[in-house]
Amino acid sequence: MIPASFEYRRAGSVEDALGWLAEDPDSTKLLAGGHSLLPLMKLRLATPGVLVDVGRVPGLSYVRDAGDHVAIGALTRHRDLEISEVARASVPLLAHVAGQVGDPQVRHRGTIGGSLAHGDPASDLPAAVLALDATMVADGPRGRREIAASDFFRGFLETALEPDEMLTEIRVRKAPSGWAFQKFNRRAQDWAIVGVAAVLDGEPRVALVNMGSTTVRARGTEEALAAGAEAADAAARAAEGLEPPSDLHASAEYRRHLATVLVRRALVEAAAARG
Amino acid sequence: MSAAVLEEHGAAGVVGTRMLRREDPALLSGEARFVHDLVVPGALHMAVVRSPYAHARITSVDVSAALGMPGVVAALTGADLAAEWASAMPCAWPVTADMQSPKHLPVAVDEACYTGDAVAVVLAGSQAEAQDAAAAVAVGYEELPAAVDLEDAARDDALAHVDAPSNRAYTWELVPDPDAVRRAFDEAAVTVKERYRQQRLIPAAMEPRGVCVVPQPFGGEFVVYSSTQIPHILRTMLGLTTGVPEDRIRVIAPSVGGGFGSKLDVYAEELLCLALARRLRRPVRWSEERSEAAQATIHGRGQVQEIELAADADGRVQAVRVHLLADMGAYLQLVTPGVPILGAFLYHGTYDVPAYSFTCTGVFTNKTPTDAYRGAGRPEATYAIERAMDALARKLGMDPAELRRRNYIGADRFPYSSVAGLVFDSGDYEAALDKALELVGYDALRHEQAQRRSDGATKLLGVGLSSYVEMCGLAPSRVLASLHYVAGGWETATVRMLPTGKVQVVTGATPHGQGHVTSWSMIVADKLGVLPDDVEVLHSDTGLSPLGLDTYGSRSLSVGGTAIALAADRLVDKARLLAAHRLEAAPEDLELSDGQFVVRGSPSTSIGIGTLAFEAFTAHDLPEGMEPNLEASATYDPTNFTFPFGTHVAVVEVDTETGRVDLVRYVGVDDCGNQINPLIVDGQVHGGIAQGVAQALYEEASYDERGNLLTTTLADYLVPAASELPSFTLGRTVTPSPSNPLGVKGVGEAGTIASTPAVVNAVVDALSHLGVEDLEMPVTPERVWRSIGASAPVQGGAR
Ligand SMILES: Cc1cc2nc3c(=O)[nH]c(=O)nc-3n(C[C@H](O)[C@H](O)[C@H](O)COP(=O)(O)OP(=O)(O)OC[C@H]3O[C@@H](n4cnc5c(N)ncnc54)[C@H](O)[C@@H]3O)c2cc1C
Repeated sequence: MIPASFEYRRAGSVEDALGWLAEDPDSTKLLAGGHSLLPLMKLRLATPGVLVDVGRVPGLSYVRDAGDHVAIGALTRHRDLEISEVARASVPLLAHVAGQVGDPQVRHRGTIGGSLAHGDPASDLPAAVLALDATMVADGPRGRREIAASDFFRGFLETALEPDEMLTEIRVRKAPSGWAFQKFNRRAQDWAIVGVAAVLDGEPRVALVNMGSTTVRARGTEEALAAGAEAADAAARAAEGLEPPSDLHASAEYRRHLATVLVRRALVEAAAARG
Repeated sequence: MSAAVLEEHGAAGVVGTRMLRREDPALLSGEARFVHDLVVPGALHMAVVRSPYAHARITSVDVSAALGMPGVVAALTGADLAAEWASAMPCAWPVTADMQSPKHLPVAVDEACYTGDAVAVVLAGSQAEAQDAAAAVAVGYEELPAAVDLEDAARDDALAHVDAPSNRAYTWELVPDPDAVRRAFDEAAVTVKERYRQQRLIPAAMEPRGVCVVPQPFGGEFVVYSSTQIPHILRTMLGLTTGVPEDRIRVIAPSVGGGFGSKLDVYAEELLCLALARRLRRPVRWSEERSEAAQATIHGRGQVQEIELAADADGRVQAVRVHLLADMGAYLQLVTPGVPILGAFLYHGTYDVPAYSFTCTGVFTNKTPTDAYRGAGRPEATYAIERAMDALARKLGMDPAELRRRNYIGADRFPYSSVAGLVFDSGDYEAALDKALELVGYDALRHEQAQRRSDGATKLLGVGLSSYVEMCGLAPSRVLASLHYVAGGWETATVRMLPTGKVQVVTGATPHGQGHVTSWSMIVADKLGVLPDDVEVLHSDTGLSPLGLDTYGSRSLSVGGTAIALAADRLVDKARLLAAHRLEAAPEDLELSDGQFVVRGSPSTSIGIGTLAFEAFTAHDLPEGMEPNLEASATYDPTNFTFPFGTHVAVVEVDTETGRVDLVRYVGVDDCGNQINPLIVDGQVHGGIAQGVAQALYEEASYDERGNLLTTTLADYLVPAASELPSFTLGRTVTPSPSNPLGVKGVGEAGTIASTPAVVNAVVDALSHLGVEDLEMPVTPERVWRSIGASAPVQGGAR
């Protein structure tokens, strides 16, 4: 439980961080809340040579109403997102999901940027931003670029971010109603065995937690809904084409089953909330 | 002392009140010091290289790379250390004369027998340096077939130790009258035969283990700081295994963050730190990490149980027959073989059963050794009989509460000589059941359950009962002898009043979270007429309390507390003689009240016990032949076990679509005899229930087929938190134990013993109309879902 030795640098600005990343992108890691990276380092599953702590970079923790969308700074902690008035009014799904992450300690340390950049299929916030069709803003040596959520999650712990890029902002279109989130776990503090984020406000979108090697959309369900299917029938197609993992906590077969139940519940709840 | 006297006493004093724990301010403010907190300049940090294989021949160990790493002082193999050991690691409970016990050295020499078995150690200036270097030790392994599954191991499919004749450690039987058992089964109107699996559990005490050995200068003693429940037993065992004379070892257990039996053991790291401190003449320390603890600290449970009941048509149980396989793990630790035997006498539970048969085979596997874990043998026994009683109730179509009522040992039968050879001290089992049923609102629950079923609800209700009796207060030394345990069961105490009237209590019991300081000071305060805050309790240091038998088996109050009460009585007797001398009265005319000896009928003639303490100290005017000072000691060897009992009721909601089980209500009615501090009793019961629920629903030390432990972090080993538990409703009945003067029974294990079967019975009860009869522990949502059948109707709408 002691990480391999590494060099620690504290960034005072995004420029600092990008500069250090550029020096040796493959063995340099950004450190935000540390609640995904440090456990990996302690188990020596990650052994970065340089750790660039961006935790104190000013100006990257905010939830702002930006007209047609809400802009969220990458260093916004889960707890700040959970209690943000702007998020609660305009993207309540995101505020709610942030409140479902881990336990209070985790929510007070972990950041939305870290959660998304980590690309863990078991994480909750990636499913929420996928269902909300959010846009990621990344800064790097080649300038700033925007990445659609549907292009962002690439594979297990793999995102569209280049090793020398930093995620700085998340933009989420407003979706004040017609949403639901279902998280199934054994203890309140745990990652989801399966989770579902559903948004029926506009074109129906359903994203799943822990149903593949990365955060995925329930395409079968979305297609069925687009074709006018009832919730139960659309939900029956939730696991279509997906290959969920089998692990200590659940078999793939059980996860497929859970996905159908939880998607149905989410659709019913979201529809009721839409009124 | 009868209950009445205690209550009268309680009215005047503090015993029986919910006094806040005196220990808590230091613990809650972070001022309490655990082994890892000790600052020891110049100490070397030890890291242990552990086998990644469940079973392997060690072909080579190359420490040269490690020796070249920064800060490294030594890197040693099992062979390098072999000469340090005067004898192998101890097992103090050879349950049978022919028991097999493979040689167990702190560091394996040529065969590693579980993942986590030590194969080398590294010593360096810091923990980080030691761990870096440990990773550089190159060990050659030749993997051997591993005995992983308990039943496969019992068939010797693979041998856990290559040189052993078989995996059998021992077979132990308790069959008082085989013919009676056979007859009962032949003549039975109804029989049930059940098979239960007691999964392995990881004790997961809040504080992992830690050891720090500090050699004193000028050829002085070795001070061994250890996070242990058993400083006294440890000192003796350290002497025997390392050859350091026992009188040169002083063991101190500073604040200890929980144990649950896992620190009732003598571990390789304790022996290693002492031997290495001797070898290098420097302090040596080791702090266990959480993942390391999952492998290197003992596991609990690990049994396959087969239980059969024979009953007449009215449901009266005529015989109980039990066959057990008990997983020893790779080696026998301090009391490993005895754990199933502690349950052997209790498989008929609270019921009056005339015929009894118990057989247990201990089996070696290539897994972490098992040993005592909260309840040790008794939770397993209670689980088997209470699950089987529910099975019998279902077969008879009888309400499980009614079946239990018909079978209880009646309140008029105590002291009750059990078929297994025990004498149950006192009890009123039906009273506890009645109270529990009333508190939970049993009839209304049954009504709601039926309603939900007929409505076709997807959230079903289940109600589970469990009645238990345990034997604790370990133990009469003579009984231990008959069970081949190689130590006694007494406890010692000294009570001393200092010249200023302050009191010191020295005890051989060793608290690690129970609140002993509070309870002991309450007992002594009332005896002497002082305030609890004026009573200092000295414990957990063999330099202060040279003799003692430590804390386990819910023994501290009924054995250690009794010794303290007896010592306090002796002190009062002496003070009374001195008071009589000073007041020129007859001792029998003196009454001690509020710390004053008063001459009966002449209230103005009195002397305070504090004054007497000063006079006993100056010794200027003592009665002829009286020794100076107010101090008295007592050693108490109990005459019998104590038998706490009770009934718990769990209420669960089961989601038939997902298999999720929510524990929605929980009622526990316990009888632990007289209570010194009901608040502490509540705390013990709360924690116990949580731990039992954990076994029922959440925890399992899972291994893969090759014997790799899969649950080495707390993200995979699911210890439930407060968020998973309802608020518990506790009730109590009070049936004092006649076996000790305090009338107490012990409550450290009760909650754990009662709750596991209550919860599993509740889940099975919720699903019984669907044909579900059993669920393997832990009862995971997936297991529940599978038991219902993948075809469970999925209905729209309901959430
Ligand atoms: C006990 C526990 C329980 C948890 N339970 C849950 C749960 O239920 N649900 C859930 O979703 N999560 C859970 N988490 C994970 C938690 O939410 C993490 O905090 C989060 O996933 C990562 O955020 P962080 O700020 O801590 O990132 P860090 O750990 O600091 O970083 C994670 C990764 O992202 C990279 N990174 C960080 N910030 C940026 C950035 N701005 N740009 C580019 N790369 C970046 C880092 O280099 C690293 O590779 C849990 C964690 C713990 C310890």
